[in-house]
Amino acid sequence: MNTIAESQTVQGKESAKMRSPEKGTLIAAHQREFTRTIGEISSPNPRIMCRDVNVYYGEKHAIQNVSLDVGHNEVIALIGPSGCGKSTFLRCLNRMNDTIVGCRVTGSIRLDGQDIYDGGLDVVPLRAQVGMVFQKPNPFPKSIYENVAYGPKIHGLANSKAELEEIVESSLRRAGLWDEVKDDLAKPGTSLSGGQQQRLCIARTIAVSPEVILMDEPCSALDPIATAKIEQLIDELRELYTIAIVTHSMQQAARVSQRTAYFHLGRLIEVGDTAQVFTNPRHPLTEDYITGRFG
Amino acid sequence: MNSEATHVLSRRTADIVKASLGRRHAAERRFRLYGLMSIGAGILMLVILLVSIFGQGYRAFSQTYVGLDVSFDPAVIDPDGGRSPEALASADYGALLKRALGELFPDVTERQDKRALHRLISAGASYAVRDEILAHPELVGHSARIWVAAGADVDLLEKGYFDRSAAEAERRMKDRELAWVDRLKAEGRLERRFNAKFFTAGDSRDPEQAGIGGALMGSFYTVLVTLVLSLPIGVAAAIYLEEFAPRNHWVDFIEVNINNLAAVPSIVFGLLGLAVFINFLGVPRSSPLVGGLVLTLMTLPVIIIAARSALKAVPPSIREAAMGVGASPMQTVFHHVVPLAMPGMLTGAIIGMSRALGESAPLLMIGMVAFIVDIPHGIFDPATVLPVQVYLWADSPERGFVERTSAAILVLLAFLILMNGTAVYLRRRFERRW
Repeated sequence: MNTIAESQTVQGKESAKMRSPEKGTLIAAHQREFTRTIGEISSPNPRIMCRDVNVYYGEKHAIQNVSLDVGHNEVIALIGPSGCGKSTFLRCLNRMNDTIVGCRVTGSIRLDGQDIYDGGLDVVPLRAQVGMVFQKPNPFPKSIYENVAYGPKIHGLANSKAELEEIVESSLRRAGLWDEVKDDLAKPGTSLSGGQQQRLCIARTIAVSPEVILMDEPCSALDPIATAKIEQLIDELRELYTIAIVTHSMQQAARVSQRTAYFHLGRLIEVGDTAQVFTNPRHPLTEDYITGRFG
Repeated sequence: MNSEATHVLSRRTADIVKASLGRRHAAERRFRLYGLMSIGAGILMLVILLVSIFGQGYRAFSQTYVGLDVSFDPAVIDPDGGRSPEALASADYGALLKRALGELFPDVTERQDKRALHRLISAGASYAVRDEILAHPELVGHSARIWVAAGADVDLLEKGYFDRSAAEAERRMKDRELAWVDRLKAEGRLERRFNAKFFTAGDSRDPEQAGIGGALMGSFYTVLVTLVLSLPIGVAAAIYLEEFAPRNHWVDFIEVNINNLAAVPSIVFGLLGLAVFINFLGVPRSSPLVGGLVLTLMTLPVIIIAARSALKAVPPSIREAAMGVGASPMQTVFHHVVPLAMPGMLTGAIIGMSRALGESAPLLMIGMVAFIVDIPHGIFDPATVLPVQVYLWADSPERGFVERTSAAILVLLAFLILMNGTAVYLRRRFERRW
């Protein structure tokens, strides 16, 4: 099993081993296994249902036939080596890929039964429902208050200034940032530390009261202490929201998620309960990845 | 064995590096020297330019005045005794000045000599006396010392442009005239004062009467028209092309053409303005309006290109952040992207404006090169602009226009520095806010 995985990773590296005919047939046999996802893709209580999703960047087939459900109040971790399509898949869920030139999505993605790629659907309410936290903290170059208040303002969620202030405070509280910034809400959001900025971005996302939060490697730029704070936050947020998180850290996936989906080269290889995937992976690629043999 | 091999290799690397070090440092020093030399050459050129312009131009900011004791004879000024402003305005003040000069130099009797004597004061001096009387009608019937602009030759003499020791035949002023000037000077009737008129007066055939007031106002109205038209159109075009337009061949085609337009010689825009704005649309010739329209055509590509690159420089993460909380494309652009791109767009706009301010070639085509004495009071009045005024004066044969040309260039440079300084200031302010 291990040799197969190894040959997968060293594919482009001009390895002498690669040229042996025996290894070549093994890879071919392995490729066939890619086509079907192992594990239970559906959820008993689905919020998002994806069926046969394909994404193309121009000629490149970035995601191939991915079907996956995300349940209510569930944290699902999307893991896999770099370039496997997990971020692309995440960005399909609130149509963030629309902005990329040459990106094409086929298949069906339903949020609470509504096809989000339906031609008549407006992306503005969709993105208000499905918020997103990005890999690099990207607060607006405005005050902390303005950062959090922006979403509620443009959607008209607050009827008065007092109400808006309440939303800002509760969002910052839920993001665990209130005590650190309550005295300087007028300071620019960009003056905060990296971890604080990322929590500010989370506060900004939850200020709109979305139903689903997508997180694209939210902790990759943070130190372990900030990471721990955000992980704790994700755990608390689960009670109210459905969360899909892309992460490179297996420990993080194991800590925060209930289900885990393993992506490889644009395909969804295996999905299952986090405990099962990490302790008893059923697909050899998954096993190799989570045991740290590649990725 | 492995560690030994690495060790040998590393020592070799160190030796190789050391051997090449001298060469590398020498290359670095050489390059630094080239840089210093080119900057030095640039600064030297700038200093030569500024020194020569300033050296020629600073004298134009002062003007020689002659003090004359004028008796305001009611019989000459206002024979009817009505003291109406019309009567006061149309009186023959030239005669009064000539009489005052005659009283100073009673020995000058010949007609030709008198004409030379009258040339000691400016031909436009009578207007200064008229203005004085209109401001103070109570002076009529009394006499007072009035300071009037000296003639061009006296002014040039006072400013040291003539060599007194040259042979009389080669001099502009004869011995007799020099003696008159010396007497005026000895009596304290000759003074150099700050030339405020230079900034307020319009153009004139007499250098001592000519000012840049008309050209300044003409430039102001022209640049105003250019700004009002090109900034909104240019910024809107840039925002649309950069943020909303679909990426297709049409947009590529438009982009290529905008870049081409930026490189079109400005005189071509002048011809276009003549054909379209004046001949076809009937916009008044020589007006700041038509000048502004032509300069708008010329500045638009500059502003569009600058604004597009400013928009491109806004990190995509800001757009993603705004769209992530559900902002519409319009909200994303106007709440986040445009404010961040503002310093760059402003800089582009101000650079475009200073280019428009310094432009002369296209304006020659649309009649802004005319000799216009009146100061324009709106965008429909005939006008000229600073660079064209410089061109007109540089073309004039009178010696007195040389210093005025340089002085006008100095004023133009001052405005350009002011505008570019404003650009830097605005940039800083916006960048601090964001």
